[in-house]
Amino acid sequence: MPTLIFDQSIPGRRGVTIPASGVPERDLLELLGPELLRQSPPELPEQSELEVVRHYTRLSQLNHSIDTGFYPLGSCTMKYNPKVNEAVARLPGFADLHPYQPAEQVQGALALMYDLQSWLGALTGLPHVCLQPAAGAHGELTGILMIKHYHRHHGNRRTKVLVPDSAHGTNPATAAMAGFEVVTVQSNERGLVSVADLKAHLDDQVAAFMLTNPNTLGLFEEDILAISQAVHEAGALLYYDGANFNAILGAVRPGDMGFDVVHQNLHKTFSTPHGGGGPGSGPVAVSERLAPFLPVPAIVRRPDGSYALDFERPLAIGRMKAFFGNFGVLARAYAYIYAHGHEGLRQVSRDAVLSANYLKARLGDAYEVPFAQSCMHEFVMTSDRQKAQGVNTLSIAKRLIDFGIHPPTIYFPLIVHEAMMVEPTETESKEELDRFVEVMLQIADEVRDTPDLVNSAPHTAPIGRVDEVLAARKPNVRWRKPQTAR
Amino acid sequence: MSFNYLPLTDAQRRDMLSAIGVSGMEDLFAPIPRELRGFELALPSGHSELEVQQQLNRLAAQNRPLSAQRSFVGAGATLRFRPSAVDHVASRSEFSTAYTPYQPEISQGTLQVIYEFQSMIAELTGMDVANASMYDGASAAAEAALMACRITHRHRILVSETVHPEYAEVVRTYASGPEVAVETVPHRDGALDLEAVERLLGQDCAGLLVQVPNVFGCLEAVRAAGQLARKAGALFVVIADPISLALLEAPGAYGADIVVGDGQGLGNPVSFGGPHLGFMATRQEHVRQLPGRICGMSVDTRGKPCFTLTLQAREQHIRREKAASNICSNQALNALVATLYLALVGKTGLVELASVSVQRAHHLADRLVGMAGLELAFPSQRFFNEFVLRADRPADRVLAELADRGILGGVPLSRWYAGSERDLLVTVTETNSPEDLDAYLAALSASRRSSAQERSVEVPATAVDHATV
Repeated sequence: MPTLIFDQSIPGRRGVTIPASGVPERDLLELLGPELLRQSPPELPEQSELEVVRHYTRLSQLNHSIDTGFYPLGSCTMKYNPKVNEAVARLPGFADLHPYQPAEQVQGALALMYDLQSWLGALTGLPHVCLQPAAGAHGELTGILMIKHYHRHHGNRRTKVLVPDSAHGTNPATAAMAGFEVVTVQSNERGLVSVADLKAHLDDQVAAFMLTNPNTLGLFEEDILAISQAVHEAGALLYYDGANFNAILGAVRPGDMGFDVVHQNLHKTFSTPHGGGGPGSGPVAVSERLAPFLPVPAIVRRPDGSYALDFERPLAIGRMKAFFGNFGVLARAYAYIYAHGHEGLRQVSRDAVLSANYLKARLGDAYEVPFAQSCMHEFVMTSDRQKAQGVNTLSIAKRLIDFGIHPPTIYFPLIVHEAMMVEPTETESKEELDRFVEVMLQIADEVRDTPDLVNSAPHTAPIGRVDEVLAARKPNVRWRKPQTAR
Repeated sequence: MSFNYLPLTDAQRRDMLSAIGVSGMEDLFAPIPRELRGFELALPSGHSELEVQQQLNRLAAQNRPLSAQRSFVGAGATLRFRPSAVDHVASRSEFSTAYTPYQPEISQGTLQVIYEFQSMIAELTGMDVANASMYDGASAAAEAALMACRITHRHRILVSETVHPEYAEVVRTYASGPEVAVETVPHRDGALDLEAVERLLGQDCAGLLVQVPNVFGCLEAVRAAGQLARKAGALFVVIADPISLALLEAPGAYGADIVVGDGQGLGNPVSFGGPHLGFMATRQEHVRQLPGRICGMSVDTRGKPCFTLTLQAREQHIRREKAASNICSNQALNALVATLYLALVGKTGLVELASVSVQRAHHLADRLVGMAGLELAFPSQRFFNEFVLRADRPADRVLAELADRGILGGVPLSRWYAGSERDLLVTVTETNSPEDLDAYLAALSASRRSSAQERSVEVPATAVDHATV
């Protein structure tokens, strides 16, 4: 562990110089008052610019990243992040814009948002779009709150939200956060929603069914039209978790499947960088009946071709964040869609699906694949066989690190033992896919021949495996100045 | 057309299809019902990178950036000094193209940054623990309100009318799901009405949300407000501007239970309102109710200190419907920017930046109130680096007078508050040079002169009337 920036601090050193105020100065005690004037300044580091640059540059070198290696992380869509997107988002005409500037000063930004809305509407088949949510889970909360307000507006106080047992954790967490009771729907033996179990749970208390399609096993829910019909007949709405949207760009639209609301993850499907955990962007697209409930403000185009913000939406759920959304992320997604166009985005999904099926075919002998049908953009395999040989999924995942490959998503979805969820994305070359196959096959051999080598992995990473129990039992989550007795 | 981000060649695609054992891509899409396939996609055609650059340049050129004018616009997002090294280091793709650090062995860089970020936020706020970031200040305030409800098992929240109205609206929106009641505490002269606080606080109140400096730029009687909240058994939630905390008392020192805020000013561009970052800090006893990611220090198998995400039993991917929040992605890259900023600006630099902003804001305010037709809306309150200017004419007209001289003069409060048609929130930071302040004053005195001349030429009586008022 590199020394903390605080512990490198040398009193009197500085990383920036600040101009003098250049105005006659008044006493801060007089201006700010004795009640609120801080007695001693916060203990921030004191370092020169070089020390700071070197410290964080060295820290960066301890990370795995897309630009340094393969990232077959299921449900996360770790595709390449084109550099032109970074460049355009930093243009002063975007980066130095304030959300409260008069509309006539920000027409280009509003035009960008308006077009992006209409493109996301075209891709989802749900024409009414709000770009405000800051991430996928934020979009989920937006969508579920809209459903709550919709039912309330129609005089219903439905109390339950259904989620499949294969759902992302954010689905049940979102429904609970919006004040709903969460009820789980079982998957069938083919890894798909059991329509019978769904119907058994549908009653007049169900507000919505939340579904990912393709689901978290990478399987397309073939019964989607029957599901949609059953949900709507019960007076409930159908929610689409867009985490797996990279599988179906231009191939099928959630609106056509019968979904009422979709959230997108621009940081997955539309290639904006994950940033080590954010920022994301989670626009929602909705059907006609939910449109009046979208957050404010709406971005509208006036008859004269100019763009404006519309706050006059009496049924709107309100606001999900200050201002209009993660605009810098929106600009990157705009550039991505503009570069690919309709034919390029269709090819994105075709290649993503092709690559996932290719890996599944090549790894299906050495590892077990619980669901044999063809997958979409990702697939799940298990290390059940390897576990019988004394090596679990976690160790196989950690062994991949020694080959410069990020582990797949593991132990998820919860309905598959020793799950490894692999999503190669369309931006990896066949050579990289083949290398991954070779490495996975080698690890399968190691499990048989030298299991200790795998169980003690990783061997080449900056650190070994971490004592998670210690971290949780005795939380040390911040630096404190040593001499301060608190 | 071929696509530079898609490396597979047609020959490779054919090889892969045969390795899979299917005859074409349609076989792989077969699970999708046929009647749902085949539709027109109303999107543009693809473009080369050069055309992408040209298109985005064209859109950017239709905007007028703050950097091309003298800007006094704030209210939750402000043009501030950004040291060059911040974006330079934060742009390293080892940071920007990394995923959430769930695999600590290959994420120590991101994890140590989060640990340092949490430490800096804890230092600024005077709290025990901070999380790894929230979406923005407004959603952090909403999460704080829900957290107060979880801790107190109560379902009513008080929000000061002097909290940024968009923050208050987000609190109400989040509260509409679990049906938490949200009530507004009116202000008196631009600051929290303590009598109203006392009246509205009851044994059913989970939390009191106060912002300091508040949306009018005014300081609040936070010690008294905190005591009232504590007496009623409610949590005291403070929304703070992190740069102001270089000079203002740490909320932890006056009894805050939860401190949230927005960290855009810590090195992040305004970017038309996002991405920024929210921060959230609390007392040790509430750490297990904190939403979002937390990084902790531990040791590895070799006994060496290292970092990992911890206390994950609060989070959605472990606890599902029992999680403290549904938050997953946060604003990690913006938190990295804030960490770099605070490391560079450092202990003395942050105090100096805050001081320059305060001094210049007061200098401008002092000289504006010396001009005819202008006064402070809340002259009895102390303020930090923002203040409400009240004119004898509509704020929109004042803004137009300033715009004629290339000045973006502030945010008209009529945007949010009925009856505030003559009020303008003016924000001054280190980026507003003394020349900018002079230009602001000159624009208003010039407009005063020209309108007085206009009136004396056209309607002489009006000028006389005005002089006698």
